[in-house]
Amino acid sequence: MLPYPLLSLSLVVMWLALNGFTLGQLILGSIVSVFASWGMAALRPSKPRIRKWHLLPKLLGIVLYDIVRSNIAVVSLLFGGGGHKRRSDFITVPLDLKDPTGLAILAVIVTSTPGTAWLEYNSLSSTVLIHVFDLVEEAEWQDLIKNRYEKLLMEIFT
Amino acid sequence: MTPLDHAAGLPAWAAILVSVFLIIGAGLTVIGTIGFVRLPTFYERIHAPTLGTSWGTGGIVMASMIFFTVLATRPVVHEILIGIFVTVTTPVTLMLLARAALHRDRAEGNPDVPSEPPVPPSAAVQAEKA
Repeated sequence: MLPYPLLSLSLVVMWLALNGFTLGQLILGSIVSVFASWGMAALRPSKPRIRKWHLLPKLLGIVLYDIVRSNIAVVSLLFGGGGHKRRSDFITVPLDLKDPTGLAILAVIVTSTPGTAWLEYNSLSSTVLIHVFDLVEEAEWQDLIKNRYEKLLMEIFT
Repeated sequence: MTPLDHAAGLPAWAAILVSVFLIIGAGLTVIGTIGFVRLPTFYERIHAPTLGTSWGTGGIVMASMIFFTVLATRPVVHEILIGIFVTVTTPVTLMLLARAALHRDRAEGNPDVPSEPPVPPSAAVQAEKA
């Protein structure tokens, strides 16, 4: 009946947030979410397995903080700040994370943080090509992605 | 009555808060757009609009939530959905554009672009079997 309970629940919550909470909307939203999750099941995506729920707020906090920080950094760079000649370049980061959902979340984190862009993941060599707007030290960025985000994601999705 | 007719009833603290978030959000979006026009290469240009898709959107969404929450005297939070969907869909278009550019540059033999990573022997064997 409900192949993706979390998806169905989120859809009902979204439906009620947009349409207001009434009994009629609850029934209608539930019907829509059941059909939508059947549609999702037909696509056969891999089922995400979240092991440690309590780490999700920590990850969200770290990411929101980093997004604010890098917004400020990129704005000051665009106005010619930084005190040095800006060098943009590609870096390759080897990843141990294999879970598709974890990788998707890592891609969202890297992309939504201004200054880094996730370009392409190579599943054969398990490496990702990232473009960095202001590359000072390559090892520093690899360390950031591996220790700050990937480690936490690996704990959440094992 | 449109919501704007009620805006006069907004308390000063809320008006200031809304204005601050609106200016931050709109300002970041404008700066990102200017950077998008001015930066020299494709791979640098993709960084600038992410200002608009992260805290540019975030600031405007926050302003909207505060404005309507104070006016309606009940929590109005469905704007969060805009933030979530913008954040989650940005990488999709970005990867599509970036990989198209990478493919083009590699095909042209552009020396500034890294070539595809070498495939480790063990993985190459697996790929042939598959």
